[in-house]
Amino acid sequence: MFDAVFRNLPFLMGGFLVTLQLTFCALAGGIALGVLVGLGRISRKKWIYYPVTLYVNFIRNIPLILVIFWFYFVMPILAGRAMPPFISAVISFIIFEATYFGEIFRAGYQSISRDLIHAAFATGLTYSQTARYILVPIAFRRMLPSLITQSIVTFQDTSLAFVIGLQEFVRRTSIVDNLEVRSIQLFGFVALVFFIFCFLGSRVARHFEEKGRRTGVI
Amino acid sequence: MIEIKNVSKWYGDTQVLYDINEVIDRGQTVVICGPSGSGKSTLLRCINGLEPYQKGEIVVDGISLNDPKTNLYKLRQKIGMVFQRFELYPHMTAVQNITLAPMKVLKKSRKEAERKAMELLERVGLPEKAHAYPANLSGGQQQRVAIARALAMEPDYMLFDEPTSALDPEMINEVLEVMIDLAREGMTMIVVTHEMGFAREVADEIIFIDEGRIVERGTDEEFFTNPKSERTKAFLSQILV
Repeated sequence: MFDAVFRNLPFLMGGFLVTLQLTFCALAGGIALGVLVGLGRISRKKWIYYPVTLYVNFIRNIPLILVIFWFYFVMPILAGRAMPPFISAVISFIIFEATYFGEIFRAGYQSISRDLIHAAFATGLTYSQTARYILVPIAFRRMLPSLITQSIVTFQDTSLAFVIGLQEFVRRTSIVDNLEVRSIQLFGFVALVFFIFCFLGSRVARHFEEKGRRTGVI
Repeated sequence: MIEIKNVSKWYGDTQVLYDINEVIDRGQTVVICGPSGSGKSTLLRCINGLEPYQKGEIVVDGISLNDPKTNLYKLRQKIGMVFQRFELYPHMTAVQNITLAPMKVLKKSRKEAERKAMELLERVGLPEKAHAYPANLSGGQQQRVAIARALAMEPDYMLFDEPTSALDPEMINEVLEVMIDLAREGMTMIVVTHEMGFAREVADEIIFIDEGRIVERGTDEEFFTNPKSERTKAFLSQILV
């Protein structure tokens, strides 16, 4: 019943590999930037807080597909030359996902009591040392289930990169479908692959949530 | 020496400290008591710059806290602090809690910091808990680790903010014993507490604060046997049952 899938498996899996690479880069960049965005959102310094908040509110209120489009078509005008779709997609995703990860980290930072931060300051640690050794690691552990959930969403979102011609999983499937005309089978296969990965991811998130409760970090 | 001169503090429009004056000499133990919400903890937090104050001056070893040139991070290295709810870093073991600041602030090697940490854990009676996480320690044990964490920076002063009031009664003594030893060894301590037994034993001076004002001060004998203000008498009669 998956004959069209098997005939085109290397081509399809090549697309899936691009999806995984895109997910990996988007998560690495999005989480790293999100750590800083979250810190900016709890900053008392107005010149940090307001620009970061503007960025977060702006990006979170426009559809991802617009960010991808906009970045792909506007960047060549600003930079003077076209950008490869993969690079353009990675940057768009980082810009977009960092706002979501940033809000998760902000919630994580805010869950840490002021006295715990005072305790770190009282030993002579500076703000940046406190952020690095106390705020970020604790927020990361507490928010791990949410971070994994958002990572799953990011993984699913990467299929939107097909709009700028990136040959990821969904795009390649639609190319195969144009030749084979087996839509139900082909897109059923795509759905199955996405489901398996996301389902496993959600189980992992649940595992960390329970572990966090047991060890008293959450 | 810590000098507190005419310090006043407001939260918005609400004044919480009124013209506080106090001098703490090296080697002294000063106990601050008073009803909750009277400003004791706030005053303590002003001394190491965790809270700003709007009027007056606090000078630690000749360095004024509100001088914009003062490096508060540097100043805090010599003022240890212990909190009511311990505030151990939950993601680190006891030893990691103690060695973090010596390694990152004083740039000690891990080996040296851990040697010192073990020495301190020995001193607070918890060498076997070195690799336990805070969640697996009792309240009294956590507070003793927190004291060791503060001592690891080899501070000249120690601030205690109600160190025993979150503890079950049977754990209070193990923490007080560590504090009494510290006081006897000559550590300069400012202790916010209602443990009057502790105050009797080691305090050089007792201050009673009510509604942001120092209402009464005296050596332990005067304070307990002959309090001057009615407010102090009422407070003492409530806690010395």
